[in-house]
Amino acid sequence: MSERPRYAKVFLTFARNSLVRDMTFRANFLIESVASLAWMMANLGFYLLIFGYTDSIGANTGWGQYEFFVFLSTTMFINSLVQAFFMPNAEEFSEMIRTGGLDFALLKPIDTQFLISLQRINWASLTNFLAGAVLLAFSLWQLTTRAENPLQLKPILVLLYPLYVGCGVLILYSLMITLAATSIWLGRNQTLYDFWFYITNFSRYPMEIYSGGPLGLSLQFFFTFIVPVLVVVNVPARMLAMPLHRADYALTAFALLATVLALLASRWVFRRALLSYRSASS
Amino acid sequence: MQARVITWWTILRICLEERLVYRGDFALGTLMRFLPIVTQIFLWYAIFQAVSAAAGHERSLYDVQLAGYHYGEFVAYYLMTMISRAFSSMPGLASGIARQIREGEVKKFLVQPVDMLGFLLLGRVAHKLAYYSVAIGPFALIFFLCRGYFYGLPLEAATHSATTFAAFVASLLMGFLLGYFLEASIGLIGFWWLEVSSLLFVYMLLSFFLSGHMFPLDMLPEPWLTLIDLLPLKYLAYFPAAVFLGKVSGWELALGLGVELAWVLFFVFFSRLMYRQGVNRYSGFGG
Repeated sequence: MSERPRYAKVFLTFARNSLVRDMTFRANFLIESVASLAWMMANLGFYLLIFGYTDSIGANTGWGQYEFFVFLSTTMFINSLVQAFFMPNAEEFSEMIRTGGLDFALLKPIDTQFLISLQRINWASLTNFLAGAVLLAFSLWQLTTRAENPLQLKPILVLLYPLYVGCGVLILYSLMITLAATSIWLGRNQTLYDFWFYITNFSRYPMEIYSGGPLGLSLQFFFTFIVPVLVVVNVPARMLAMPLHRADYALTAFALLATVLALLASRWVFRRALLSYRSASS
Repeated sequence: MQARVITWWTILRICLEERLVYRGDFALGTLMRFLPIVTQIFLWYAIFQAVSAAAGHERSLYDVQLAGYHYGEFVAYYLMTMISRAFSSMPGLASGIARQIREGEVKKFLVQPVDMLGFLLLGRVAHKLAYYSVAIGPFALIFFLCRGYFYGLPLEAATHSATTFAAFVASLLMGFLLGYFLEASIGLIGFWWLEVSSLLFVYMLLSFFLSGHMFPLDMLPEPWLTLIDLLPLKYLAYFPAAVFLGKVSGWELALGLGVELAWVLFFVFFSRLMYRQGVNRYSGFGG
């Protein structure tokens, strides 16, 4: 009992089991991959339509077509990672609270949040990760080889990019586990899941679009400093897509702080929620 | 006849009461459904800014147009598609029908003197009525806050013309029927396939982009425009909004309403036919 559980080994077992399970229903796996790919393609079509009418999103923001496609592929990376690792588990968590299955998770000699968050991995969601990689490579190639004002990639930023993608994933994870934990208090919360989608919707576009008027600025403030979903994609995407200005350093540093705070806050909410858990079994 | 009316009235009342149990959740959900629209509006605001900046500094946002829409019309369009979708969207209908077929619940319609499609239709009417009675608050609030975007509409728009307004209401009501019978037809495929979720995904994907609630459909370039005219999907979101904004008028409007009616009738007959054929080949076992 006194031995510390080896988290890495447990995680690898989870990953392997999920892969075995996914490969058992191979046709389903294939359909899911194609479906998420089709969804992404349709989205891409929408943005191509937009760029048929304009050269950039917002005046003088620098988000031209290929800059925005870097942004889009960053969104794809982050969303596919969240969907692969955390989404199925958060859904399962709400179900466990409702049915009383959480009892079994609490009894296991391992951190409950770890167990709850990573039990199941949905491998099919990683299709969009690959699609994002293709889109990113293509957009960066377009940006760095264009005739006027070609983009120069700094090695340090290229190294920092994966770190910030990871930060984005962790911020979204914190938000998701917080919302899932509230279902201990509320019983069943379908609306809160919709809420998650509606909130992350704000992370899908460059934050410059919220700079017009008092409503835009207050949204920008709220979703940067209170619920930091705006930094999730914006910080890493900006890092690759355009040269960083001095003003961006502050936001880049803040993204790290926001990640740490979001993780701590979600951990706190999770533990508070567990204290109120009354088993639902018969 | 009278007995039948009483039966249907009772069904409607029961469904209505069932729906109003969760009105708090309902109201909250409705307000949240406007959040994605907020991001869309900001996105288009930024796009209009870029376009007007490219056209020269002396022009304001309302001088530039994208595909015949100025900025105010764009926002008004999004708000109006919220209304069309409030009529035409049928969450869980097709998957629910397929599940009832798969799990054998459909048997109850075979032994009771109640028609399945009629029963479910009344359930949806009740759902919508309950929904509107709660959602009218959030909707009124949003439209009041956004009233400025409706000021510059042309004379053909429903804000100026009673005829257009009547056409708008008709297109909404037909949109409801079209949405219902279209999704019911998809669900009834469950008699043959049992599981329709992959088909439903294709339908959702198509309707997400081609019904017009992501962007005004007349923005699309050519092969797509023809495709859209051939599909019934545009009547679920785009058409009522376009009618309200005065984008379709005169003979075009009459023709549009006629085609919409034809689609409604087609899916009414089609779903009836599928139900008859499906019941013929259905076999249920056990209790």
